[in-house]
Amino acid sequence: MTNASISSDPTPPNAAGIFLNADFMNDLRQQMLKFARLQVRDDQLAEDAVQEAMLSAYKNIDRFSRQAALKTWVFSILKNKLIDLLRKEKRYTAASQLEEGPNVNGEELIEVLFNKHGHWQKSERPQKWDTPDHGVENAHFWRVFDACLNALPEKYSRYFMMREFLEMDTTEICHNEDLTVTNLNVTLYRARLRLRKCLEDNWYQTEKTS
Amino acid sequence: MMNCQQATQLLSEKLDRPLDTKEKISLGVHTTLCPPCRRFAQQMEELRSISKRYTKDPDDK
Repeated sequence: MTNASISSDPTPPNAAGIFLNADFMNDLRQQMLKFARLQVRDDQLAEDAVQEAMLSAYKNIDRFSRQAALKTWVFSILKNKLIDLLRKEKRYTAASQLEEGPNVNGEELIEVLFNKHGHWQKSERPQKWDTPDHGVENAHFWRVFDACLNALPEKYSRYFMMREFLEMDTTEICHNEDLTVTNLNVTLYRARLRLRKCLEDNWYQTEKTS
Repeated sequence: MMNCQQATQLLSEKLDRPLDTKEKISLGVHTTLCPPCRRFAQQMEELRSISKRYTKDPDDK
């Protein structure tokens, strides 16, 4: 009676094993820290958030029979913690309003991409990204993506991550950051223009020619 | 008629707010006639799905 024996045991046999797998737990912790640091930009706060998320996973050890389930769960806890932190942080963090970064940004970027009539410059026309499936699985892709994120001006990356990683809605971000909707929309547009160009120049194009 | 810069801005805003009917129509007309902006539209969707994977499938990295 296999079914009966499974249902009589609420803890899957390998649940605790996941937590004892030092390599897995260490990798997971590093991934979480990296993700948290990108967003709160304060090592101590990031560390605390990761710690708390890990702790709540330990408390719910019975729920996880697979590493993937634990990851998904612990990341969703971490996300909520980061949202809380960003809400509190609002008072004492003045996110840099500068659009400075290692590359051309803001109005200057728009002038590079479009001609005076607002049409694409020939050399800047978006190319077909034809590697979404196998390309995105690739570890090298994620390194390029990280580098492109890190190269964004602070203001861009902060709003972009709030919107896309933490999936906060526009009104909430505006409320948190004392921004007008128009201002946020323009900033997100510029962040996406920058990120799109970075990915195209450093991943999709080089893949094509290699 | 809307130019590419305006079209790309709406294609980005489409990810953050519902466009109104007038915006949808002008954007539709523009992208029908403009292959680079059509590609840009696909890439905006792709950027969103990449961001989702970044947080939801940490296994992939």
